[in-house]
Parts: sequence; C-alpha cells; structure tokens
Amino acid sequence: MSKQSTVHFHRMKDMPSTHLLGTGTPMCAGCGGLETLHTLYDILGDKTVFVNAAGCMTLLSVYPFTPFRGGWLYTAMASAPAGAQGVRDAVDILLQKKKLSADENVEVVVITGDGAAYGMGMSATSGAMDRNLDFIYLCYDNEGYGNTGQQYSAATPHAAITSTSKGSHGYPGYKKDLFSIWAAHSPAYVATVIAAEPLDLAKKVEKLQSMTGPRMLISLAPCPPGWDYDAQLSVEIGRLAVQTGVWPLKEFIDGEVRHTKVPKQRKPVEDYLQLQGRFRHLFAPRRDATGIAEIQARVDDYWALAATK
Amino acid sequence: MTRKLLTGNSAAAWGARLAQVDYIPAFPITPQTEIIENLAAWIDRGEMPARLVTLESEHSMITAAGSAASSGVRAFTATSSQGLLYGMEMIYTVAGWRTPFVMVNVSRGLASPITLESDHNDIMAARDSGFLQIHCATCQEIADSILIAYRLAEHTQVRMPAIVNLDGFYLSFTREPVDLADASKARAFVGEYDPENLQFRGNSPLSQAMAVLGGGPYSYFRYEMHLALQHALSVYDEVVDEFAEIFGRRYDMIDCYQMEDAEYVFVMVGSFSTKARDAIDSLRAAGRKIGLLRPRLFRPFPQAQVRQLLQGRRAVAVVDQNISMGMGGVLHSEFATALYGASDAPLLASYIGGLGGRNISQQEFFAIADELQQASEREVAPPPRLLYTEEELTEMRKLQAIAQAEHAEIHQH
Repeated sequence: MSKQSTVHFHRMKDMPSTHLLGTGTPMCAGCGGLETLHTLYDILGDKTVFVNAAGCMTLLSVYPFTPFRGGWLYTAMASAPAGAQGVRDAVDILLQKKKLSADENVEVVVITGDGAAYGMGMSATSGAMDRNLDFIYLCYDNEGYGNTGQQYSAATPHAAITSTSKGSHGYPGYKKDLFSIWAAHSPAYVATVIAAEPLDLAKKVEKLQSMTGPRMLISLAPCPPGWDYDAQLSVEIGRLAVQTGVWPLKEFIDGEVRHTKVPKQRKPVEDYLQLQGRFRHLFAPRRDATGIAEIQARVDDYWALAATK
Repeated sequence: MTRKLLTGNSAAAWGARLAQVDYIPAFPITPQTEIIENLAAWIDRGEMPARLVTLESEHSMITAAGSAASSGVRAFTATSSQGLLYGMEMIYTVAGWRTPFVMVNVSRGLASPITLESDHNDIMAARDSGFLQIHCATCQEIADSILIAYRLAEHTQVRMPAIVNLDGFYLSFTREPVDLADASKARAFVGEYDPENLQFRGNSPLSQAMAVLGGGPYSYFRYEMHLALQHALSVYDEVVDEFAEIFGRRYDMIDCYQMEDAEYVFVMVGSFSTKARDAIDSLRAAGRKIGLLRPRLFRPFPQAQVRQLLQGRRAVAVVDQNISMGMGGVLHSEFATALYGASDAPLLASYIGGLGGRNISQQEFFAIADELQQASEREVAPPPRLLYTEEELTEMRKLQAIAQAEHAEIHQH
C-alpha cells in the first residue's frame, strides 16, 4: 500500500467534496462521531476494513445494509483491537504468500466509543500498541455510554449530568486522560481531534497515513441526545470545546507532545458549558459560581502547565 | 509415517503443524502452554512457515483467530479452563461469524476453588456455542483429530469453528507413542484453506457479524448454525472414512469397546474412559457382559447413533467428569434426551467422578457395574451418585481440622 498521500490540506476547499460513507444510517442528527468518521474515511479512501466494538456505531451496519465501500467487522466491546490484529496479520500473510497483490492491501481501522476505549477495551488496546500493530484507532468520545442512554463512563467530564449521575452536582469524577495513557505506550502517533475543526483533523489523518504502527485518534464527539442540546449546535459546541481550551487539540510523535491549535485568547468555559443541558445545573436555578470556577481552574491549570513544556 | 513418543500437548502441536496452519494467536495457560511453546520453537527455527502472536488475553486471542480466519488464512489456537471462560463471549461470537478454525482445549477444572487438574466443566460451558467438539482419549487421537477437525470445520456445508478437547495432565503431559502422518499426505488430506466468501478486500463491501433488527433475521441465522452443525454429522462420517482410507486409523463418531454383546454399558468421554476399559477387561474376565460407549464427536451430538447403540441393553452408567450445579451430569442429561421415548431403552444411571483430576478407581467401576446389575434386576434406575470414598472424606476432615486450628490461632493473637 502506498503510504504517500497526494493531497495536502491547507484550506477548506482542499477537503474531499463527497463522502464515501453512505447515507441513511441510524446515527443521530448532529452526531459528532459520525462527522469525524466521514472525514477520516474520505481521506483514507475505500481500501479500509473497519473493526468495530460495541457502541453507537455498531448500528452503522445493520443487515442487509452497509454504508461502507469496504469491509466491516463487528467484534465485541472489549476486543476490537484484537480483531484488527487478526485482520492485519492475515492480510500480511496473504501478501507474503502472494495470494494478495499489493494493490489489494487494506488499512485496518478500529472504531470504538469511549466506553470501550477508556474502560473495557483498554487492555486489548494496550496489547495492540505493545505489539506495534499497524492500524488506526478512532475513539469517538461522547463522554458516556451513549448507546445505552448516556450513563457516565471514565470519559465523562466533571459535573456532567448523565442518566446515572442525575444528582444536583452531576458526575463527581474527572475525565480520564486517555491521550497520556496511550502516549505512554509510545505508539507511532496519538492525536486528539474534533470534526468541528476539519482542517486540523484532515492534516492529522494525512500525517498518520505516512506512518506505520499504531496510530491513535481520540475525537471529542458532541452528542445532541447525550449532552442535551439541539442538533444544529453540534459544530458550534465542537468549536467552543477547542476555543475554551476544554478539548486541547494535540499530537504525540517521537516522544513529544505538540499542541496543533492553541486558542490565542481562550474563551471562558461557561460559553461551552451553558449550551448543554448536562451542565444546566451550573446555571439554573442559581448560578453555581464555585462549580464553574473549578472547571475553569482545571482548564487554566492544564494550559499553564502546557506552556511550561 | 514416523512414530514418536509424544505428550498430548506435543501431539496437538504436531496436529496444527501437519494441518499447515498459517496463523496462531496465543496466550499461555496451564496445562496448555506446551502446545504454543512447541509451535513457537518450530516457527523460530524456521521449521514451520506460520506466524504466532501472543495476545494479551484469551478474549483477544479468540477474536484474532476468528478475524484472521475471516480474512483468508488458516488459524489455530489453544486454551484451557479459565482461559476458555475468559474468552467465552468470543467463543459464542466467532461461531456466529461462521468462521472455520480449530482450537484445542486442554480440559482443567474451573475455579472456585482453583485447581490445575482436569475435568470437563470448562468444555461443557462451550457446549451450546456453535463450536464443533471432538473429545480425545489418546495422544494419537489428538494429532489425528486436529486434521479431521479442519476438514469438518472448513467443509462448505458446515463452516463452523471446532474445538478438539484433551484432558489436562492425563493427556497433556502423558507420553504415548504417536504415528505422525506423513506431511505431504496430511497436506493433501487437509487441503488448501478456502476462505470462500470470508475475505476482506479493498473496495469490497463485506460486512461480518453485523447487527440484525428483530427476532426474524436473528432466528434465521441462529437456526442456520444449528442446521450446519446437524449437517456436520454426515460430513463427519465422510471425513473419517477418507481419513481411515489414507492413514489406516478409524475414528467413528462414537467409539465402542466390547459393545457387541454388552448388556451393561459405561458411557464416558475423554481419557478417563481408558480407566473404564481396564475395568471392562477385568469384568469381562469374570464373565460380565459389559462395554464402553465413548462419544468422540460431542457437538453435534450423535443422538440417533446413541439411541441405536443402546437400545436393548439392560442398564447404562453415564460417568460424568463435570457437574451442572443443581442438576447433575451434563452427559447424563444428553443421554437421557437421546433415549427418551425409545422403545427397549436401557435403565440410565448417573455418576459424577473425576472432578479436579480425582481418580476413578477400578473398585469404583466394579461397584458401578454391580449397581447396574442390581438395578436391572429390580428394574429401577439407581439414584445419582457423587463418587467419593470414606478415605477421601477422612483426609478432607483432617484438612478442615488444620484450617480450623489455624483460624483459631489467628484469632487468639
């Protein structure tokens, strides 16, 4: 397979103008995960095999329909990276035996939600990175067990109301730092992305195409039903996640972490929070100034630390 | 053909080697580990052109075996006990992928309490998954069954994964002489792996294991699996006939010993059946008409053959090396199902023994034979028995006394 990408993404008109992924899937309107998948798939092209774990995107392919031009394998919640291992190894064996020609090679892409990536599937993901598996992993992170109705997961941010944290203060825990956990394995590439910043996403996909080994993407996936906002706000909320510094866009290559889009003047976090029903308790019936300040302080601390590196 | 002294584990590794497997996702677990160690050594020395990858769990290992077989290569893997249970979600899942590969399970009792020694509760837990199951009693049978299992699993009208089962320690670590099939004959017998429609290719929209909506499509696919397994009964006969023709060894789906005129029958699977054979030799010498019926093929279950072989016998003792809590022996239930309503059916008795490697002594087989005879005279089946001796209970009481003394001592301090 050619690891040379011929397209360079400088401005929006460089982006693919048509989608490879078919329409009519049961994904929710405004799904931030689906938008990321579109961009990833459009750039990678159709010689891809997707290996999926239990999550929202399990429903992309429902018998007898598939929106994909290439292969799709549903595994289970915990073992999508192991499924990718089997496909990759088998294709390599067939290439070696000349039972497949070089142009029949495929890129193997794991797609899982945060439920699998941050929790149940972490062991299999760690193992795949240990083995330096040549694959791409896309985690669409909607910060909860979305497909079962948005219960909190290890990816849920502090104070978010979920269907298992409905109390007046929301989820008491803090979002796990999956980027650092993945980066600690020193895979070829780790990046955070978001569909609302398509050029940043496209550049990262272009970059990982030139690499081999584990190439890991975590996409924040704004989720209208899970986060309780109107679907038309998905892009705006995604942009605000970046502009407020809540979702830092960054990448890990060769032991170094680099921020790819640093907001010059970070907007206050409440701009991001107040658009989402899951944080409404911070603003009504009374404004929870302490709660908002705590979230702001954690974001500020993150960027202060990032500036020292 | 070469004759070697091999452990059951080595025989299993040879089976995989002779079957020309391409890919071995692996994970160590006692008492299976020697299988993957042997394979890894051959691959490292360049004697076997295959790829072995150690996954981080059996759950992942079985996923990778299934996805590799679905991508066009012949896969082999092996596990035991806790490993089989850890991977159980994927055992059921990959069976639904209709992806043919072979897994060896080296039977070992399940926790808790934890043990390394053998019984069949692990493999019985995979009973309803869709995997074909072949149970072995000798090291020779292990090597041969792996070749047979690939033919059966990959058959165009079956297309299901298969488990070849052998007993931990009693077979895994016991050396027996094994005739290894000539490599070229084995290659010709097993043939090239034909993935049929299971191939992921660039720009080819193939979906595997996708969701269905509603019970109609779900039931259809599940019934298809059941029918494929049932069809595997006749395919099995074809495959073993061909095997016998080429290699001179017969592996009927049910192994019969001294059954011709037998009025009484022991039913067992696995290597402990060789203990029953010994007992039968002694009993026969004393003039008792008793034989052994050993299902080699356990899934699909050869119901009609069981019924035909047991009709007209006086009494049958099913000796289970497993226990379904609150019900009893699994094999006993299966035999009861097969015999229910049959005219001239024998009395059926249930014995549980050999859990966690516990021996079943010759005296116990003799006692079972006596009980069968008495039952037949009274025309009432005996109640189910859990085999355990006075001596074992005395030893257990001693262990309990020590445990209690230790407990008391800790509380004093």
